[in-house]
Amino acid sequence: MDTPKDQTKSQKPKARWAPALFLCLLCTTAFTLGAILQQRVYSWTGSGGGDLMQVLLGNGRRVLADQFFTTADIYFHSGAYPSIFDRQYPSTNSARLARGVQETPEQEDAEHDREIALLNRPIDWIERFGRNFQITKETHLSGGKEREILPWLKLSADLDPKRVDTYTVASYWLRVHLGKPKEAEEFLREGLLANPDSYEILLELGRLYFENYHDLARARNLWEAAYRRWNKREAGKPRPDLRALDQITVRLAWLEEEEGHYAQAIKWLKVALAKKASPNPEGLEARLKELQAKLKEAEAPSPAPKA
Amino acid sequence: MNRIRASISTIWAVSGIVIKELYRRKDFYVLFVVTAVITLMMASVNFFHEGKIVRYLKDICLLLIWISALVIAIATTARQLPAERESRTIFPLLAKPVTRGQVVVGKFLGCWLACGIALVVFYVFFGVICLAKQDHIGFWQYFQAIWLQWGMLAIVIGMVLLGSVVFSAPSANATICFVAVVSILILGSHLHKIAITEPEPLSVLLSSLYFLIPHLEWFYAVRDRLVFDQNLIPWVDCLLATLYAAAYVAIFLCGTWMLFRRRVLTT
Repeated sequence: MDTPKDQTKSQKPKARWAPALFLCLLCTTAFTLGAILQQRVYSWTGSGGGDLMQVLLGNGRRVLADQFFTTADIYFHSGAYPSIFDRQYPSTNSARLARGVQETPEQEDAEHDREIALLNRPIDWIERFGRNFQITKETHLSGGKEREILPWLKLSADLDPKRVDTYTVASYWLRVHLGKPKEAEEFLREGLLANPDSYEILLELGRLYFENYHDLARARNLWEAAYRRWNKREAGKPRPDLRALDQITVRLAWLEEEEGHYAQAIKWLKVALAKKASPNPEGLEARLKELQAKLKEAEAPSPAPKA
Repeated sequence: MNRIRASISTIWAVSGIVIKELYRRKDFYVLFVVTAVITLMMASVNFFHEGKIVRYLKDICLLLIWISALVIAIATTARQLPAERESRTIFPLLAKPVTRGQVVVGKFLGCWLACGIALVVFYVFFGVICLAKQDHIGFWQYFQAIWLQWGMLAIVIGMVLLGSVVFSAPSANATICFVAVVSILILGSHLHKIAITEPEPLSVLLSSLYFLIPHLEWFYAVRDRLVFDQNLIPWVDCLLATLYAAAYVAIFLCGTWMLFRRRVLTT
């Protein structure tokens, strides 16, 4: 028969291991629960996991993405930028930064002059003296310094991959001003992965193949895909994006003309005219007539060789 | 003459204690390490295989320097007078004999010089980072940036010192001053524009506030000039801005002294 002393001796090793075993049990439970819950958490956020910014910021990241896009614009204008208190003429950030892509130099200058005129009107001595410290002379980045806007565009795209402007604007500066079509293509493809229905990205990708790689076949495929996406997304809207349609169809017409496919070129111009996409339909009609004349000339039987 | 000399040496002695406090405490080291780590991490990021992109780095580094300098200035100044009262070291200090005015000026000078030392360290790091990414840095642009930031910190230190005799706790003083400084930096230059659009009593209030507050945003604008490689600010304007800062410092120190000399120190 065991004495009480012996009983304590036999119980001692068990008692020593109990906390460690309990800890193991807790770890196993935590691991099991983690494995079960992980999939559920992904379905709550809809992010598929892994995206730390999505988890930390939620939809607030879109605000940050907008701010970074604006910062890129501020950098492009070398820091001279009207604040929300200065700006009485509404002008979206995308429009300002994409000016190099979309607006004529005259339009751009007029808009800048209006904004800078506002900045150049100090109300009192405090503001007048403060101007000596602020950047009031607007200069645009040039000579390769356009690269300074890139980090902000990249960060903006990382925060909000659904923001299509970020990809097209970054691609424009990369391929036209910095001579980096490969990087532009990679970035556009990233954008296309996040926005598979974007006709804007396909249009820009087509431009890259047409203008930088001179690969007409791929450019055609991309612009035709852009046209299909445009039809899918915009055709049914009361106010469709006609500017993009104009760019897609007119570019397709150029491409077909360059290849000598006049009938195809005419077809694209007719699409642009039928949907009233062009801001200058008279010019488009004149171009159409020229193409029709070229087509007639090409189809006319060549005179028989003299015997 | 001897009295003035004695007074200066007293002020200098009081300020020396504050400077020693800066390098004994861990605030500066922590902020410097955080600034350095974040800047170096950002410098290591590759954007579209472009190695010469530098402005975003200057922007982020200078922003961190401004935040760190503000935190050091406010946190160091806010605890000076309350700490002396709490630990009762104010009594032997005033029994030396040191006047209350000398204590106020000495504390201000100590905090300001401590911030100056911290700024030099931060800007040396900033300069090294910039030199690693670009071919040259404009020495005088950097000098103006440090000088004007230091001038702005003098106003902030004066403001916090006044706050430390007005508010009951250093934490409340630090928080209120930090909010006030950030608000001035963001909205200071726009108050009069907002005032125009507001109805009468609010309009007058905002306009009065606009003309009363120290316009710290002038000094902050120098940061943008450094980021965007702008020309030097005319030296006359720098001098005028320095005088402007000195005037506000004088106002705040006078206010602090007037309140502090009537303050009953026993608790």
